[in-house]
Amino acid sequence: MWSFSDIANNIHNWLGNQFNPTWTMIFEMVIAGVCVIGLFAMLGLVLVIMERKVSAWMQIRLGPNRVGPKGMFQSLADTVKLMVKEGMTPWGADKTLFNLAPFIAMIVAMLLLAPLAFASNFQLWDINIGVLYVSAVSSLSVISILMAGWASNNKYSLLGAMRSGAQIVSYELSAGLSILAIIVLTGDLRFSSIIASQADGWWIFKGHIPVLIAFVTFIIAVTAETNRAPFDMAEAESELTAGFHTEYSGMKFALFFLAEYVNVFIVCAIGATLFFGGPMPLHIGSWEGFNHAMDYIPSSVWFFGKTFFLIFLIMWFRWTFPRLRIDQLLRLEWKYLLPISMINLLLITAMAILKWHF
Amino acid sequence: MSAGKYIREIWKGMTSLLKGMKRTGYYFTHHKEIITQQYPDNRNDLKLPERFKGEVVMPHNEKNEHRCTGCQACELACPNGSIKVIFKNELTPEGKKKKAIDKLVYHLELCTMCNLCVEACPSDAIKMAQTFEHSVFDRNKLTKILNKPESKIMDGVE
Repeated sequence: MWSFSDIANNIHNWLGNQFNPTWTMIFEMVIAGVCVIGLFAMLGLVLVIMERKVSAWMQIRLGPNRVGPKGMFQSLADTVKLMVKEGMTPWGADKTLFNLAPFIAMIVAMLLLAPLAFASNFQLWDINIGVLYVSAVSSLSVISILMAGWASNNKYSLLGAMRSGAQIVSYELSAGLSILAIIVLTGDLRFSSIIASQADGWWIFKGHIPVLIAFVTFIIAVTAETNRAPFDMAEAESELTAGFHTEYSGMKFALFFLAEYVNVFIVCAIGATLFFGGPMPLHIGSWEGFNHAMDYIPSSVWFFGKTFFLIFLIMWFRWTFPRLRIDQLLRLEWKYLLPISMINLLLITAMAILKWHF
Repeated sequence: MSAGKYIREIWKGMTSLLKGMKRTGYYFTHHKEIITQQYPDNRNDLKLPERFKGEVVMPHNEKNEHRCTGCQACELACPNGSIKVIFKNELTPEGKKKKAIDKLVYHLELCTMCNLCVEACPSDAIKMAQTFEHSVFDRNKLTKILNKPESKIMDGVE
């Protein structure tokens, strides 16, 4: 059957026959890089139009509906506009840091794509510390925000960056603890074995209520970590104009914008892999016919379906809840999410030791 | 904070968040609720809200009669002098002099559509119309005379 892993193997074999191992490696890296950049561009276009349509329908509006059928080419037109705009560097800004920051944001997002499994047996890099790698690299994104805020020579940018630092540092704890809950159950940090452990049922079903609590804390924490409303303290339009990217324009602004959406995709993909089995199809106990029918749906469709469901959930949060104040934000993390996820982790550990899960 | 209160607070927070999500989820799935009007496209079958206020008009019946007695209540009620009542004296058939309006001048360029004149009018002579395409090239065209030429006051309106 047609699948991503077959295509990847065919390309690998063909290159292996044509060139020596070094050149095969180099060509594969180039192909992977082009694919990642292509995926980024597609994600940017799709997620922006998705966000605008979702927000419009939730606010009883129509949303973009002029460019192309039902306004579906609106984000393409916006991209062209952003590319031809002037990229200004403000007077008094630290030029090196200012121009470097958007690229750091993009590079962090690209690094995070490496261990994700987009279909069964289709990964760029199946590293044995996959989850640790993801949680370590995702904390680098705060550097690009702090860099942009500091270098802009603008009080709003600086305030936004400082808030964002406080926020990301706090919410990483509960995101990490809820990821740990799944690691405790799986016993392995490798993404492929986490996926394999969910062949007979996703952890959200197998793990009873504690995993459900872990999932809720995870989704709250990653919403905060990607700086999206209701936790968008870093850019809080009504208070700080646009926060850390106030001074950015043209393509440099577009890179920040793209990095935000790609980060949302990545955290949702990680959530889908840990809690919903990533590319694993839905299997229910001993329903043979049903399980067999589900196997016919390609694993990439399962992966992207689950990821886009989680993205929709995060967009739903954004267009429903009002923004929190900085003190409310920190109180939510330190007084509610962190103690709950700690106790929850204890429960899950007990559950894993006593084999209470299915 | 006691443990019971802590848990109750979390429960309260979660349920109220879910209530909000239920509302937006309802709007997301029910597109017939969309209130946006695609204005220039649906110009012919535009549906305006009942209380939409476009400009002040004076309705006339088919015999070219209006209900305005010239009592100046609208002129007094108007906060920014958009309405000016100009009188003339008419002779009734019995030979008495009677006050009547010559012109009711309405400055649309000053009007803020506050509806106070309509509320002040004791004889319901003026009302708010729903027309809103008022742009003109000459400012003077916005000064309107509300009573039609040769119009008279309706019988029985004092």
